[in-house]
Amino acid sequence: MTISSDFNITPASDRTLLIQFGEENSPNVQKAVFRFSHYLIDHPLEGIANFHPGYASILVSVDIDNTSVKSIQKDLQQAWYDLGNIELPESKLIEILVLYGGECGPDLIHVAEHNGISESDVIELHSCGEYYVSFIGFTPGFPYISGLNPKLETPRLNTPRKRVPAASVAIGGSQTGIYPLESPGGWNLIGQTPIQIFDINHPENALINMRDSIKFIPIDEEEFERLKQS
Amino acid sequence: MSIHVLKEGLQTTVQDFGRPGYAHLGISTSGAADTFSYQIGNKLVGNDSHDAALEITLSGGEYEFTSDACIVLTGSEFNASVDDEQVSIWTWINIKKGQSLKIRSSCDGARCYLCVRGGIDVPLLLNSRSTHLMTGLGGFKGIALRKGNVLDTYQSGNNNSRVELINVNKIQMHLDRKTIRVIKGMEGDWFNVDVWDLFLNKNFTVSQSFSRMGIRLEGNHIQSSQGNEILTQGVPLGAIQVPGNGNPIISFVEHQTTGGYPRIANVISADLCRVGQLKPGDTFQFELVNFEAAEQLYNEQMKFIHNLSAS
Repeated sequence: MTISSDFNITPASDRTLLIQFGEENSPNVQKAVFRFSHYLIDHPLEGIANFHPGYASILVSVDIDNTSVKSIQKDLQQAWYDLGNIELPESKLIEILVLYGGECGPDLIHVAEHNGISESDVIELHSCGEYYVSFIGFTPGFPYISGLNPKLETPRLNTPRKRVPAASVAIGGSQTGIYPLESPGGWNLIGQTPIQIFDINHPENALINMRDSIKFIPIDEEEFERLKQS
Repeated sequence: MSIHVLKEGLQTTVQDFGRPGYAHLGISTSGAADTFSYQIGNKLVGNDSHDAALEITLSGGEYEFTSDACIVLTGSEFNASVDDEQVSIWTWINIKKGQSLKIRSSCDGARCYLCVRGGIDVPLLLNSRSTHLMTGLGGFKGIALRKGNVLDTYQSGNNNSRVELINVNKIQMHLDRKTIRVIKGMEGDWFNVDVWDLFLNKNFTVSQSFSRMGIRLEGNHIQSSQGNEILTQGVPLGAIQVPGNGNPIISFVEHQTTGGYPRIANVISADLCRVGQLKPGDTFQFELVNFEAAEQLYNEQMKFIHNLSAS
């Protein structure tokens, strides 16, 4: 085994197990999350209802109507030994066009003020970063995108919004992401993309997948409207 | 057979056991909010355990049946009648062709299930017939039923006998929503002894912010001593998350698959049906149990459903 990461597995509720690969999301830990997630996709284990990759962790929900949490804990431990050097599929580069600020990004001002920089600094720093997708979570198709410049880190809202428009680009803590569908949400909204990134009827054909590289490209209102209508 | 929606309820959706297998794509399982009542409903009319039913929330609406049908209402008691004759829950209702079932408001908890022999006929989407309301996925066009909608039902393909329920009191015990039992959450240690004391010994009230995705609670300010954010991680069904404003949220069947708020506790699986019956204004207390007790309580609940035998 060439992966240098931990593998701690503990119950998170009476129907879930949390696998933690490390305390922090280091590159090795992130790789372990990718590898184990792909292993679970390619080798579905009987008795697992769902798995939820996160930062440095995977939450596994157990089909407790048919098996026990303890039994799946053993199976997952065994799967970790069996993992070996599985090949990961190719990752893609996805370009996301963004109209920053205004009605599309009502929290751009807040992100700027919180970090003591101007709104155009926020746009500049956000769009020059190199990002990759750590995992899909929160709501259907929502990519958690890593690589945010620490100068843009802004805590989540204390009271989440009940409605965030679809295609909003947002910052939550040290993370950035895109809301694929209208949903509630607690992140700071800084812009919007005119592209539909996710079709709920075909979740496996999503534009953005775990491990993809992402680039944000600023566009103006005119281009935004044109692309939105096309 | 078809069911015509003559009058819509507050939120009536097609539900089954849910849609597992897609959490890594951000899709939570959805499915019946109170699977205990849903499962018993299917059992009573002789359905297979995964046949789809209608989940009715707070007020029911009016439904006309185009053929004779055997149906049952389970869960919370609603003020319901067929042609102005009052009908009971947990027992068969024989509806004649052209008759309509009126379901007014709940006299008890949040939800009841209308199970029809054969189950509701909507397309399978990602292996489930359940509606994920928050995203408009599955069920009947991804929506709550509206006046004028027509639902088809399946001809039952099995030879299951119907089941007659003898002891309704035993059922009520499983649905008693004055107490919700929990086990300690992943960030349970982020909350000090005083906060835990508040959490377990004072009443919480269910706020108006109440949905299949989550239920916000009010009444006690629950504050973490180690911050309001965790490194984003998978959220278990029934996790009690505590955002910075101190009002806990129970994550429910349409919950976010991952989240960043610390989790003080997690509702045990046997009491998720009680959460499905919580309605705005309800007051209740949490009670702490350990993992082994939680497992045992769920196994007992499954056994209880399993042992409801054919009459």
